[in-house]
Parts: sequence; structure tokens; C-alpha cells
Amino acid sequence: MKLLLKIWRQKDGSSKGKLVDYPIDHIEGDMSFLEMLDVLNQELIEKGDEPVVFDHDCREGICGTCSLMINGEPHGPDRLITTCQLHMRRFNDGDTIVIEPFRATAFPVLKDLMVDRSAFDRIQQAGGYISVNTSGNTVDANAIPIDKHHADESFEAASCIGCGACVAACKNASAMLFTAAKVSQFALLPQGKVEAIDRVQNMVRQMDLEGFGNCTNTGACEVECPKGISLENIARMNREYLMATVKG
Amino acid sequence: MSGLAKTSVARKVVMALSGLFLVLFLLLHVTINLTSVISPDTFNTMSHFMGYNPLVQFLMQPILIAGVIVHFVMGIILEIQNKKARTVRYVKYAGGANAPWVSRNMILTGLVVLAFLGLHFYDFWIHEMNYKFVQANPEDPTRYYAETVEKFEPMWRTLIYVVSFVLLALHLWHGFASSFQSMGINNKYSSGIRSFTRLYAIVVPLLFIFIALYHHLNPITH
Repeated sequence: MKLLLKIWRQKDGSSKGKLVDYPIDHIEGDMSFLEMLDVLNQELIEKGDEPVVFDHDCREGICGTCSLMINGEPHGPDRLITTCQLHMRRFNDGDTIVIEPFRATAFPVLKDLMVDRSAFDRIQQAGGYISVNTSGNTVDANAIPIDKHHADESFEAASCIGCGACVAACKNASAMLFTAAKVSQFALLPQGKVEAIDRVQNMVRQMDLEGFGNCTNTGACEVECPKGISLENIARMNREYLMATVKG
Repeated sequence: MSGLAKTSVARKVVMALSGLFLVLFLLLHVTINLTSVISPDTFNTMSHFMGYNPLVQFLMQPILIAGVIVHFVMGIILEIQNKKARTVRYVKYAGGANAPWVSRNMILTGLVVLAFLGLHFYDFWIHEMNYKFVQANPEDPTRYYAETVEKFEPMWRTLIYVVSFVLLALHLWHGFASSFQSMGINNKYSSGIRSFTRLYAIVVPLLFIFIALYHHLNPITH
């Protein structure tokens, strides 16, 4: 398969980037998208050029590290997968593929296709936890009965891998789906209810401080989320926030 | 105004509540307007009541104006914040692949409706204030029907009204159901809310269009 890659190259966060054309040949349909970039980088290294910097880690769709905007969609044209799970058979011989970093003010570009997503870490640190004394007398979580419906919903919310596709897809670069998933996974469990008021208020406040946009309920985040996190979580976070405002 | 709603969630709730209030008002407005087609006398009576009842004039009308101002000012504040959240645009962005056009262009449809409101206020509200308070004319409960029909005589104004109502329909198509999501309501009733939203977004603007066209095609012969 012969392709024309148009890849965003940017020296560092303070430099101005641009799309650079890279024709590439002999790409197999069974290669993953990241393997295709590996082939390109190998060619660039052999030619003495600087390889394209991009984030990757587990390459099996669970770590949330890979983060490419492929032809205008985060993680490419397929649904419920990450970039590392996207295969080249999805493209046709002769295609042009535009590859850009996830773009948001809160996700500054570090180099080429790699962005700094530590804003998500700070949102999580603001309240995405439960305070448990772990000094020797930890209570077994299973000692508290939880009905299956809520346990399943919580698990689904917790399956968010924090990749940032929701922010990348949203026309407003809103982080509501990520924050809502992290609020929801605790809000649905009895262990999470103790700190519910502070959690939602602090996480929403941190989300705003990071400079993410506002949710306008377009639903793009839900469609592009590789883990299928639904908009119901955003509604739950809104409810939690309203309740926290009334009670708090 | 962003100080009143300090977080993104609170700002969206303000947007949703003011939007729902305006949705309710539209229903009242279209009901009264419909009487102009069915019975000019009833239209005159209702318009006179709305124009001179102190409760309507000095309580409901200021609340309505405040609702409109809150909705569009907050909408503009949110849009400015959203633009700041992505200062470097994508070279290629497939917005249509994951979200409908109406949901991505609420600011556009909203600004057109706002511009229309400017004309609408000039046509009716400013005229009314001038009649009552500047010229200090006496009460005339029979004037409203003729004044309304006369407004729709020019083709250009009727066309502006029709196009604006189409844009209003698009705005409602997303905005009405979206306001429930913003207030945290996403449950077994949500599909019903979405269906009702679509019905409302089609029927109400269509009735407004019908009324405008009806009066344009049936002018009062002098």
C-alpha cells in the first residue's frame, strides 16, 4: 500500500509547527497505525532525519497513551478503539492521511505529535479518589454490599483510560466526559459517597482552571471515546454538582 | 455575568434554565399569534391585555427581557471561553463525523435569532413603547390586528421572519433536549424528551411561519 502522510512537525512547545509530507510505500494492511509510523521513523533514521515523536506505550488499547488525530478524528475513523488498535487495512492504496496532535490549550504540544496531558492528572488529584486508611486495618471493599446495576455502571465509568480523545473530538475542547467518568465511578459506589460533595466541586473547579472548554452536548466525545463512556456520566456529574451546591 | 455562575457546570445550568424559560414563552407567543389567524377580535383582546395588564407589563415583561439577555450573554461568554480552549485549530477536523451540524452551530443559529429579535423588538416592542409612553396615545383595544397584518405586507420582512424561524427551529432542535442534559437529566425519559423536542422544534416555528405567510398573503384592503 502506498500512502501520502501529512504529519504535524513541531520542534517544541514554543515553536510554530506545520504539516510535512511523507510519501510511504510497502505498508501492509495488517500493520497497526503505530507500526506504520514505526516504519516511517525507521526510514527517517536511516536517511539521517529526525524521527516523528508520538506517544505510545501498551499498544493493546488499555493504557490511553497513544493520541493521534487521524484525518480529523481522534484515534482515526473506527469506533471504540485507540490509535494502536487501528489497522492499515482501514485505508486504501493512494490515500492521503493527515496526522495531527490532540489540540487543546490545556494539552500543549511538547514535540511533533506528543502533547502534555498532565491536566488530566491534576483533575484526578483534585478529587478522583477515596480516602482510606491503609495502615494495617484496611476494610475489604467487598465487605460492603453493592447492587450489580450500580457496580456495573461504576465499572463502565472506570474503564475510561484518560486518553483525551473526548477533549480532542469536542469542538470546545471540553474535558467534561473525562471528569464525569472519574466523578461517576465513585458517585455510584457507597465508598465514594462520603466525599462526594468535595469531589465533584474540586474536580470541576480544577477542570475549569486547566482551561478546558464548556460542554455543549454535541455528543462528539461519546462517539469518539475508545471505551464507550456515555453522556449519561456528564448528566450524573451535573446532578452531583447541583446537589453539592445545594447541600454544600 | 460569569461571576454569577462560577463554574462551567453552573454556567450550562444557567443556559439551560433561561433556554427552557424561553421555550415556554414561545408556546405562549405562538398561541396568541394563532388567534390573529382565527379571530382578529380575540387577537385584539389578548394583545390589549398583554399590553396593558400591570402584572404582564411590569413583572412578566422585565423577566422575559432578562431571560433573553441572560441566555444570549451567557451563550457569548461560553463561546469565547470555548474558543480560548483551542487556540490552535486543527488543519483537518471531521466535526460532521461525530456530531450533528445543529449541535455544532448553536452560536450561529443563536446569533441569527438574536439579530431577528432586534428587528422584532423594533417592529413591535419599540413601536408599542412609542405609542404608549412617548406619544402617550389613549388606549385602543382594536388596533393590534391591523398593526400586525400591516407589518407583514413587505415581502422582505416576511422573508426575514421565515428564514429566522427556520434558524430558530434548528436552534430548538438541539437546545431544548440539550438543556435537560445540562441539568443532569439523562434517564429513561430522555428518548421521550428528544422526540418531544423534535416535534416542538418543527411545529412551533412552522406555526410562526404559517402566521407570517398568512398575513403576507391576506393583507387588509384599504
